[in-house]
Amino acid sequence: MSENFDRPEIRKPENLIYSRTKVLTDNIMHYCPGCGHGTAHRILAEVIDEMGIQNDTIGVAPVGCSVLAYNYLDVDMAEAAHGRAPALATAIKRLNPNKFVFTYQGDGDLAAIGTGETIHACNRGEKIVIIFINNGIYGMTGGQMAPTTLEGMKTATCPYGRDISIMGNPLKMTELVSHLKGTYYVTRQSVQTPASVRKTKAALRKAFEYQKDGKGACFVEIVSSCNSGWKMTPVQANKWMEENMFPFYELGDIKVDGELVK
Amino acid sequence: MANIIGDVVIDIEKCKGCGVCMTGCPKGVLALSKDVNSKGYNFAMKVNADCIGCASCAMICPDGVITVYRAKE
Repeated sequence: MSENFDRPEIRKPENLIYSRTKVLTDNIMHYCPGCGHGTAHRILAEVIDEMGIQNDTIGVAPVGCSVLAYNYLDVDMAEAAHGRAPALATAIKRLNPNKFVFTYQGDGDLAAIGTGETIHACNRGEKIVIIFINNGIYGMTGGQMAPTTLEGMKTATCPYGRDISIMGNPLKMTELVSHLKGTYYVTRQSVQTPASVRKTKAALRKAFEYQKDGKGACFVEIVSSCNSGWKMTPVQANKWMEENMFPFYELGDIKVDGELVK
Repeated sequence: MANIIGDVVIDIEKCKGCGVCMTGCPKGVLALSKDVNSKGYNFAMKVNADCIGCASCAMICPDGVITVYRAKE
């Protein structure tokens, strides 16, 4: 081992600035190194912790990489059939109107097989928080093209890049649901820098606060990297995301207090 | 003005060596070790004593393995 730079003299509870929240379990996450899911799980857990609603929160896990989200979040969780998380969350929220209900879904789940459920749950204005992790690829199954894959982006099933004339256009799910009357708060954030993580956490907090007040559906998209699927290192993937994903998936609030702001 | 010193504690068994914390650190405190943990990952480690306890690394760490302390000297 090289030189030791530890400062044990300041490691006291009163000097503690940041530690892993207790709402996350001690399990080691199965996600690839550098995956945005881990960060998204952590800030979600921190929001639940800070609001003190751990015992009143019910989450719905999707199918995809985050199918095992219930192993990491120490709240009540249900597992939905592929894409059906908003439908299940609707039932849970209607039966338990005082609970905080969220769904946590990837783009293959929410924007492909679950498009119908997502649109109708948002249109009905169900008082749930939908967290949408968008990495433009089917991560779990080996990096196939998703509805959100960018034009020209290479995946296992479009090795020469997505050709719009054959494969259609990438789907901007967040803009789509922002035009539905039932949504109250719609935003797109990311988790690749400390500043963006803080912003995303504030957005999630806002969404849960709106749910507390019984407003309509809150939809938080988190643009994330899939370094394994994109065949890059985590740091390269974050850079590639900033250069290629953000011009198309523009960050920021799209709908606040039921009014379109973009 | 009091000098602010910080310290980070890394849970090396949970660290996956993605290196994202290195890009978040404004002081270049973190780097990947040549040693590996039981899973075979080159975990993150401190390479200088410049930490200011800003918690940027902890904020960005996908696996939540970093604990941050800060004190005035």
